[in-house]
Amino acid sequence: MKTDTIAAISTGMTASGIGIVRLSGEDAFQIADKMYVSKSDKKLSDMPSHTIHYGFIADDEDVIDEVLVMLLRAPRSFTAENTVEINCHGGVYAMKRILELAVKCGARPAEPGEFTKRAFLNGRMDLSQAEAVIDVIQSKNEYALKSSVSQLKGSVLRVIRELREKILYELAFIESALDDPEHISLSEYPKRLDRTAKQMERDLEKLIASSQNGRLMKEGIKTVIVGKPNAGKSSLLNLLLGEERAIVTDIAGTTRDTLEEQIQIHGISLQIIDTAGIRDTEDTIEKIGVDKARAYAKDADLILYVVDSAAALDENDEQIIRMIRGKKVIILLNKTDLETVTTKEAVLAKLKKPIVPVSAKEETGLDLLEQTIKDMFYAGNLSFNDEVYITNMRQKSALEAALESIRKVRESIRCQMPEDFFSIDLTDAYEELGKITGESAGEDLINEIFRRFCIGK
Amino acid sequence: MKLECSTDIVVVGAGHAGCEAALACARLGLKTVMFTVSIDSIALMPCNPNIGGSAKGHLVKEIDALGGEMGKNIDRTFIQSKMLNKSKGPAVHSLRAQADKRDYSGAMRKTLENTKNLTIKQAEVAKILVEDGVLKGVETYSGALYRCRACILCTGTYLKARCIYGDVSNATGPNGLQAANYLTDSLKENGITMYRFKTGTPARIDKRSIDFSRMEEQFGDETIVPFSFTTDPEDVQIDQVSCWLTYTNESTHEIIRKNLDRSPLYSGMIEGTGPRYCPSIEDKVVKFADKDRHQVFIEPEGRYTNEMYIGGMSSSLPEDVQVAMYRTVPGLEQAQIVRNAYAIEYDCIDARQLSPTLEFKKISGLFSAGQFNGSSGYEEAAAQGLAAGINAARKVQGKEPIIFDRSQSYLGVLIDDLVTKENKEPYRMMTSRSEYRLLLRQDNADLRLTPLGHEIGLIPDERYEELLEKKRQIAQEIARVENVRIRPEKDVQAFLERYNSAPLKSGTALAELIRRPELDYETLAPLDKDRPALMRGVAGQVNINIKYEGYIQRQRKQVEQFRKLENKKLPDTLDYMQIHGLRLEARQKLNQYRPASVGQASRISGVSPADISVLLIYLKSNRK
Repeated sequence: MKTDTIAAISTGMTASGIGIVRLSGEDAFQIADKMYVSKSDKKLSDMPSHTIHYGFIADDEDVIDEVLVMLLRAPRSFTAENTVEINCHGGVYAMKRILELAVKCGARPAEPGEFTKRAFLNGRMDLSQAEAVIDVIQSKNEYALKSSVSQLKGSVLRVIRELREKILYELAFIESALDDPEHISLSEYPKRLDRTAKQMERDLEKLIASSQNGRLMKEGIKTVIVGKPNAGKSSLLNLLLGEERAIVTDIAGTTRDTLEEQIQIHGISLQIIDTAGIRDTEDTIEKIGVDKARAYAKDADLILYVVDSAAALDENDEQIIRMIRGKKVIILLNKTDLETVTTKEAVLAKLKKPIVPVSAKEETGLDLLEQTIKDMFYAGNLSFNDEVYITNMRQKSALEAALESIRKVRESIRCQMPEDFFSIDLTDAYEELGKITGESAGEDLINEIFRRFCIGK
Repeated sequence: MKLECSTDIVVVGAGHAGCEAALACARLGLKTVMFTVSIDSIALMPCNPNIGGSAKGHLVKEIDALGGEMGKNIDRTFIQSKMLNKSKGPAVHSLRAQADKRDYSGAMRKTLENTKNLTIKQAEVAKILVEDGVLKGVETYSGALYRCRACILCTGTYLKARCIYGDVSNATGPNGLQAANYLTDSLKENGITMYRFKTGTPARIDKRSIDFSRMEEQFGDETIVPFSFTTDPEDVQIDQVSCWLTYTNESTHEIIRKNLDRSPLYSGMIEGTGPRYCPSIEDKVVKFADKDRHQVFIEPEGRYTNEMYIGGMSSSLPEDVQVAMYRTVPGLEQAQIVRNAYAIEYDCIDARQLSPTLEFKKISGLFSAGQFNGSSGYEEAAAQGLAAGINAARKVQGKEPIIFDRSQSYLGVLIDDLVTKENKEPYRMMTSRSEYRLLLRQDNADLRLTPLGHEIGLIPDERYEELLEKKRQIAQEIARVENVRIRPEKDVQAFLERYNSAPLKSGTALAELIRRPELDYETLAPLDKDRPALMRGVAGQVNINIKYEGYIQRQRKQVEQFRKLENKKLPDTLDYMQIHGLRLEARQKLNQYRPASVGQASRISGVSPADISVLLIYLKSNRK
């Protein structure tokens, strides 16, 4: 059975040690050949199975990383398919780029649990492991489903949904005319569709371009700022987002009342979430905010705990400390420009975590904070779920596939193909975008035809 | 003492589904009894007087390719023929023929009456007899017992039928024919879930009262293409009868809007679900309020009758409103109504109770087809009738069932949709329902299905041999035109210029020229000196296969993917509740509808791709 070739990062998305990007499927070697260069100009597809090769991964002239590539020919691999494992050591950024390059060269981002599924279906695992395999697939899927839409920024989701609606309208129009040709005319239609498709092409290109800059998805280390009210959280956030920093975007259209921003620190993506100050309160609205802050803190990859050095540690601080004790935390001792009431030592006595004195007002301490985050990440103390990243890759490749289909529609128009050919590629584009929004086509088209167009005897 | 007989197969109903079912069974050598409430209503066309049309025409071609009767019967009795969508791609070309209704019915009756093994019986079947989940026979209203080994229910719109217009409600089937009022209860007693659907038909108007000068005349094609692959085109170049086109207008709509409260549709008197694709004129006016006119298509009901069918204006408004409404339409100012428009309500089933062979999952030997299964249209009914007939016959003969799949035929799409998806209105075939429509063309139905028809036993050896020869010629000719080089000589360039086609720079394969949008295989004949004589239909296939090669290849690849899951069969005995890892909704749906294959399971709403992965792994781990 011929299978397509899938790719994924098979180690966690941490910066520690070596990362592995894995390809599996019929064309794994051919795809690897397009990405790999070595001094001796050898081709991986000519090399024997179970050998390791030193070389570089490069996107044309642009060398991404120095790598060791392991070749495993079918059926002697985990999936029983041709498998290539690329060991790289450039950290998260390099792994991401290598995976992207693999997709560009013809691989498809793996579905959740797909390596395991293939291994099982190809008879590489004991049949008694079926339940375990199913569990892996189901749990990864659940995560992917949850994350695929929630990871998309609200504005992006809106654009994609609008595009889908437009495509569906055109499809329904063409199909109505085909079904009822004596009633609905398609004369002049190709010109009109070409204009619409051109606009769709532009929209999709824009979306893809922003995905390259990481503007499409909320990815990165989920970083939550907590602290009691008036500890200076908001001014700290502003400081982190200072104009000269690599600010990315705000998230318009989300219903959350918490503020989410994305920043880059030394090439590490942080998704920063500012929360309401935590304290015991009787005020109902404030209480909702406080509860939300707690929930975010629980989910966070990293917590920035802001302590007001000009005030004494109180009940609220005690409560926060209890809540975040088991998490990855950086303590920010704020307001160092004022007279010190709470010392570094006093805080450390209660919570043994890295501590950075800052002054949001005088904009000091930022360098040390960045260095601390970087150190934690490269020491492997910080990571984020790799499923988020692969989900994003899947979404990006769905966008690219949709763009390709829209281009084919325009090509068909240019070649003066009959109108029914347009709907072949429009349907593909519609389905690809549906993969992103998690909506399957089902009866959409038939419903749209009857809703919009009056056809029938 | 009551009458007791026994036969191999009983077919209930003599409409378009019943006719195909009974003919298939009898032709496959089984003793078949076909019941009808009225012998005079065999192959009746109670609604529009035409066969075919978009997507429906494909079904008729497929029926013919498999050895069914509908195509041959319409070729004998049509009075006008038109290939729709000729300016569009070959996948959506659709043949439609106006029928002489009486001739159509009469010709089919003649065929049935002269088919070996087939008996026609006028009687109402009131009960099905089932023992331990196995069908044993049927009982008529008069108490006569017919033992049989399989039964095919093709009751159309007759079960507990009710015809309605205004406040008038008649407990009759279509055209005032007797309804079948007992069978529903027997089916329910046997655990079958029933639905109630609704459809409608427009008035018929006396031709002498129509002013055709105010309408546009609609002619048939100059060169007529027959439906049946066995019909010689020369035999069907007849004198044709015209149809006529006119439009409703604001005064029509005004009358309708004013009288909506008297419409049984809006007063709640009609409970059945009507089809969206065939809305009554009052529905159109309400739902598409922004349209200032709707098309009205006037079709003759036959060569020797004055009745004209008013297409596009089906209605269940009261009689007086109907007269007023029709008379606002240009050309119909003096219209005399012969038969009133009416809506009809009838019992049918949730077809998800059927397996893809159209047999009830819970009652072995009981099959069903046609409007009873929730479809609409003569062609949809006939196609199912043929499939049910074939499978009922094979069951009795102990042969493997035939499952028509989506990648092979519209018939496969039709059956799969009916037995897999929730269907809330009468189902009509549309080309957009087929994922692979570029492969499922009306022109290649014989290439797709005739070998299967031969294997089943409905296609004689001679016709099969001919098809093999056609296939051979197509392959050979495609290979030839790929290799014929056309040189940039003077006469060639002049020829191309005549067709507004770019001149050649160097020698080019003939196939390349065929691919140009402004040219095709036929047009290029003058440049192709050594073109061999070919069988009928070969040239067309060569042209399409070369012109659309890229698209065709893409769809073939998709079909390969599709077949992988389709070929993974799910055992009947599987208890989905016990499969670890399936989500609860998937377990319930799968247990209830028991799909035949993993592919079918993937099309059930509520079954996710992850559930499909789980099923695949489960199947693998249980294949010892």
